[in-house]
Order: sequence, then C-alpha cells, then structure tokens
Amino acid sequence: MAVKVIIPTPLRAYTGKQESVEVQAATVGEALAALTGKFAELKKHLYSEDGRLRSFVNVYVNDEDIRYLQKDQTAVREGDTVSIVPSIAGGAHKRAS
Amino acid sequence: MNAPALKVRAEMIGRIHAHGAETYPHECCGALLGSDGEGSREVVDLVPLANRRDDSPRNRFEVTADDVRLAEKTAREKKLELIGWYHSHPDAPARPSEYDRDHAWPWYSYIIVSVQKGEPRDTTSWRLHDDRAAYDPEAIEILAQPPGI
Repeated sequence: MAVKVIIPTPLRAYTGKQESVEVQAATVGEALAALTGKFAELKKHLYSEDGRLRSFVNVYVNDEDIRYLQKDQTAVREGDTVSIVPSIAGGAHKRAS
Repeated sequence: MNAPALKVRAEMIGRIHAHGAETYPHECCGALLGSDGEGSREVVDLVPLANRRDDSPRNRFEVTADDVRLAEKTAREKKLELIGWYHSHPDAPARPSEYDRDHAWPWYSYIIVSVQKGEPRDTTSWRLHDDRAAYDPEAIEILAQPPGI
C-alpha cells in the first residue's frame, strides 16, 4: 500500500528537504522502517539506541495517535497519511534542594 | 561553523521573561514562530503553552503532541514557521540539561531563560548537533523594533 509520511520541518534536512515521502507499507512499523531504510540519517532522531521510538516522538495515522490504536502494528491503507509529531520536553538539571 | 544569530524582537524577549516570572517557581514553555531563510532566522511571535508536567513542574516541562500540532496550525495561519521552543529554568542556569538533550531535535532553536528568585536573568539559545551529542550556543540578536517600522 502506498502511504504518505509527513516529515516534520526539523527532520527535512535528512530527507533531501522533502516535506513528505511516499512508502509502501501495510503497517505503521513498516512505513517507518521503509522511511528510515531510505533515509538512514533519520533513524537516530526517531529511535533511541534500544531500537524503540524515542519517548517524545509521536506518530499519527491520519488524525489518530497510534498509541491508542495498535502502535507500530497499526494497519495502514492506500492513501493514508502518517505524521511524525514531536512532543517537546526538557527542563533544568536536578534540583539541589 | 558558527550559525548566524537568532534575531528576536525585544518585545518577544519581554514576553518570554514575563511568562517565566509568571509561572515561577514552575517552568514555563512555549513555541517560537518566525521565519527561517538563507542564513537568517527571526522570531516574530510566540505561542505560550501550558506546562503539562504536573508531577515535577519546577524542573521539567512538557508540550504535548496536541499542543505542538496547535502551535504548527497557529504558525500556518499566521504564514510563519514553527522555528523553535522556549522554556525557563527556575533557580537554575540558562544552559541545556542532559534531559533537554535527550528530548530535542536538531534545527529547532531552543531558548532558555534562567529565572532566579522570580526574576528573569540570562537568556540563551541553543541548537542540537546533527549527531545529538551536544548543543551549540546560538547567539541572540535583539531587535529593538520590527524592521521597516
């Protein structure tokens, strides 16, 4: 199935400035694997060293967060749009007190 | 290689400081909207956001993916780009922490304001390396007034 993966602006430097990339996949996991197979430099910004999606990286199929579907096993259909959206987190060093 | 300075209108620095003072001793956070062109990046507007970390708001902040999508939508409506994020470090230096680095992407500008005893102090900006190993400081050029006015 051909699905469109929307690339967030900060990661377009690793996709030859493409705003979206079309990949063949039956699940979200396959779509992301196809994407990072095509653009290897993306991988470290999406996945941590243990191979899991980084905690702040969120994936949507159309408008649904895959955490509330079947995660990376979520099926995708022809024409679906997969979006990668960061949540932004951070903060100061541990407090001294 | 030194990146060009991040241009920030003085009014925006004032709004970031006010937000940091208002939420003290908790961290504040928000989105930076502006333009990113060849060798020039400028912050012209902000989207102040709620810190969603109820468990540890004094030294942690979180902007949920839904709020990120809201900030992106606001940027599109204003014909601007979402070019980065700001947050405060209450009673802590305006330097990124290891926790910040683990939760960042390259390209974005990350402005940090140190708020000491409720008073906004140092304001810095940072860009994450491509290899995620460290941040580079990004100079801030404060614009006294919008160009052309």
